[in-house]
Amino acid sequence: MNISELPRVLTLTPVQEAFDDRPIAGAYTSDLLSDVMARASADYVLITIQAHRNTVAVASMLNLAAIIICNDRPIPDDMVEAAREERIALHVSGQTQFQVSGILYAALGSKG
Amino acid sequence: MESIPIDLNSGPKAVLELIYRLKVGDVMSRDLATAAPDASLRDIRSLMRDRGISGVPVVEGTRLIGLVTIENILEALDGGWIDQSAQEHMTRSVIVLEADMPLTFAITYLNRYGYRRFPVLDKNGALSGIVSAKDIIRALLVEMNHEVERLEEGLAKAEPAPENTSAHSKSFSFPTRHWDFETAGRASAALKSELKKRGVDPAVQRRASVTSYELELNQVIHSDGGVMEFEVGPDKTVITARDTGPGIANLESALTEGFSTANEWIRSLGFGAGLGLPNARKSSNEFSIESAIGKGTTVIAVILHTPKTEPGSPV
Repeated sequence: MNISELPRVLTLTPVQEAFDDRPIAGAYTSDLLSDVMARASADYVLITIQAHRNTVAVASMLNLAAIIICNDRPIPDDMVEAAREERIALHVSGQTQFQVSGILYAALGSKG
Repeated sequence: MESIPIDLNSGPKAVLELIYRLKVGDVMSRDLATAAPDASLRDIRSLMRDRGISGVPVVEGTRLIGLVTIENILEALDGGWIDQSAQEHMTRSVIVLEADMPLTFAITYLNRYGYRRFPVLDKNGALSGIVSAKDIIRALLVEMNHEVERLEEGLAKAEPAPENTSAHSKSFSFPTRHWDFETAGRASAALKSELKKRGVDPAVQRRASVTSYELELNQVIHSDGGVMEFEVGPDKTVITARDTGPGIANLESALTEGFSTANEWIRSLGFGAGLGLPNARKSSNEFSIESAIGKGTTVIAVILHTPKTEPGSPV
């Protein structure tokens, strides 16, 4: 499944869509960015509620595929800008981390 | 809405330097007009008029419980509840700053939220001041005057970023500042793009970036400020993270997963879980750390560019 297919399987609103489309390798769900740094792999989707620009910095260091912000958390403009600069897809969802993870788990065939 | 038109990412260096020197506590008004929860909105209106202010913190002892703004007063006049108490109509969800935060926070918050003022709490959570756009502009003008004086006297030393490029190796450095999350990650981003430019294996790029970012964040979270130095050679990258204090009391604990001295606010951003140093060590091929209380900490991490020598971490 490619990054561009995320809106097809999940209920979400794209916030930043300038990215290089490629296959998703897996996903990691955590609000602890230190934990994400230690455990998420390249081309993973990050499912979190941490809506600030440091999340984009973490995603960029790890070459993550996309960030999904859950619970309709408001996304500050500087986060959107950072995501655009780093070319990381950014989405917001009204669903919880549990729901998004469950749907993505099924769609990715339990990778990651 | 008042905003402060300063680009914190790429403004002039001299201006950014002086902003980084200032903390919220340096510019806030300490001469506070506060109200008790049972004070009437009418009394608070008089207080606003007498003091020429547009927001009054409502406190119980030293604890902030809300804010009465000029908008609350206008609504009260309109709705006919001007004689009722502050606690019934005040704004309860108030965004606050801490006195130790860099001034960049106050500027970012003003621009982001469009509020005109932010109450400031001290380390213990007690209300210690209030900061408005006016306070910030005044403090900046005073600092800019000093800075221009220094420049005119020719005392300001130009410090171009030291950058050495030979055919195969390149060295560069970035300063970091305590609690400056707004620019944290710049050093590591520069390292990443240098490695990418050289066509270094993506998994190695990633390990180097993670090591660098963890060390950079450590300086931002824990140190009084420092510098991230990089030496990128043909077959390895050497990262030296040097700070000027306060030093680590117990190195063994600091290298243990889960040990952290970070505060609540850092944790709320998703950092400070005690994974930083262990993760930096795990992601590098060689790792050494030296620290002295009152002097500072120096970490040297080496990442080999050969993808075979993956030290453990799943990539």
